[in-house]
Amino acid sequence: MHYIMEFLIILFISLMGEGLSALIPLPVPASIYGLLILFTGLCTGLIPLKAVKGTGKFLIDIMSLTFIPAGVGLMNSWGLLQPILLPVLVIIVVSTVAVMAVSGRVTQLMQRKAAKKHD
Amino acid sequence: MTEFLSSSSFFGLALSLAAYMAGMALKKRFRSPLLNPLLIAIVLTMGVLLLTGVKYEDYLTSAGMLSKFLTPATVCLAIPLYERLDMLKKNYRALLCGILSGVITSVTCILVLCALFGIGHAEYVTLLPKSVTTAIGMGVAEQLGGYTSITAAAIIITGILGNAIGEGVLKLFRITDPIAKGVALGSSAHAIGTVKAMEMGETEGAMSSLSIAVAGVMTVVFATIYANFL
Repeated sequence: MHYIMEFLIILFISLMGEGLSALIPLPVPASIYGLLILFTGLCTGLIPLKAVKGTGKFLIDIMSLTFIPAGVGLMNSWGLLQPILLPVLVIIVVSTVAVMAVSGRVTQLMQRKAAKKHD
Repeated sequence: MTEFLSSSSFFGLALSLAAYMAGMALKKRFRSPLLNPLLIAIVLTMGVLLLTGVKYEDYLTSAGMLSKFLTPATVCLAIPLYERLDMLKKNYRALLCGILSGVITSVTCILVLCALFGIGHAEYVTLLPKSVTTAIGMGVAEQLGGYTSITAAAIIITGILGNAIGEGVLKLFRITDPIAKGVALGSSAHAIGTVKAMEMGETEGAMSSLSIAVAGVMTVVFATIYANFL
C-alpha cells in the first residue's frame, strides 16, 4: 500500500514534468522539471521525505537498466555513424576525458581553497 | 523460434535483465573496472538479437518498458540531492564553477577537434551537446540544425564510456574528493555517469545528479553561442 502511494507521487511529478516540458519552449526534458519539482517539494516540506524515499531509492537502484534499450539501439544507428565513425569516436573519447578531468579538478581546487579560508 | 521470440512480451525484457546480471557477475568475478555491467549487458543483448534473428523493433516492444522508468528515476535523484542540502549550500560556488568549467571544456574541445578533422557545420552542431542528458542534447541539436539520431548515439556512447573509464580517469587526475568526483562524472557523462557516481557513494551520486541538470541548462546557452564558430 505504502509503495503504491510513493510510486503514485513519483509518477504524478513525472507527469507534471511532462506537462511543463510540453508547455515551455525550451529543450529541457520532463525529467529535469520533475527533479526540480520534487526537490522544491522536499525543501518546502510540501512532500515529506518519507512519502517518496523507499520507491525513490529503488528507482535509482535500477536506473542503469533503463539505458540498456537505448544502448542496444546503437545497432540501428550504425549506418548513420559509420562514415564519420573515427572522428566521432576520437572527439567523444578526448572530450569526455577532458571534461571529467577539468570539472573534477576545478571543483576540488575551489573547494579546498574555500575550506582553507574557513579555518 | 525467431517468430516466437519476436512476438514474446517478455523475451526482450528478460534478455536485458539476464545480460545485466551476467555483467554484474563478470564484474564481481574479475574485479576489473573495464568490465562494465551496462556495457556488457548492451553487447550481450546485441549478440543474442543477432544470433536469434530478432529485430531491434521487436526487442523494443518488450524491453522498451525499461526506458520508461528513466524519467521517474531521474526525478528521484532529487532525494539524494535533498539529503545533502547543507553540502549544496556550503559548496555552491565550487559546484557552479566546476560544472561551468566542464561545459566550456566540452564545447571548446568539440570545436577544436571538429576544425582539425575538417568536419562540416551540420555534423559539428550534431556533436556539440553530446555531454548532456539525451533529451536536452537532442533538443539542442535539433534547434541548431544537427542530425538528432547521431546526437543520441553520441550521447549514449559518451555516457557508457564515461561510466566505464570514470574510475580510472578520476584516479589518473587525482580527483579524490567525493563532491568533485560527482561533478566530474555528471558533467562529462550525464545520467549514465551518474549511475557510476551512485555506485561510488551517495554524495558522489547527489552531486552528479545536480551536475546533469546544471550542465544541461548551461549547455543550451553555450552550444547556441558556439554554433556560430564553425
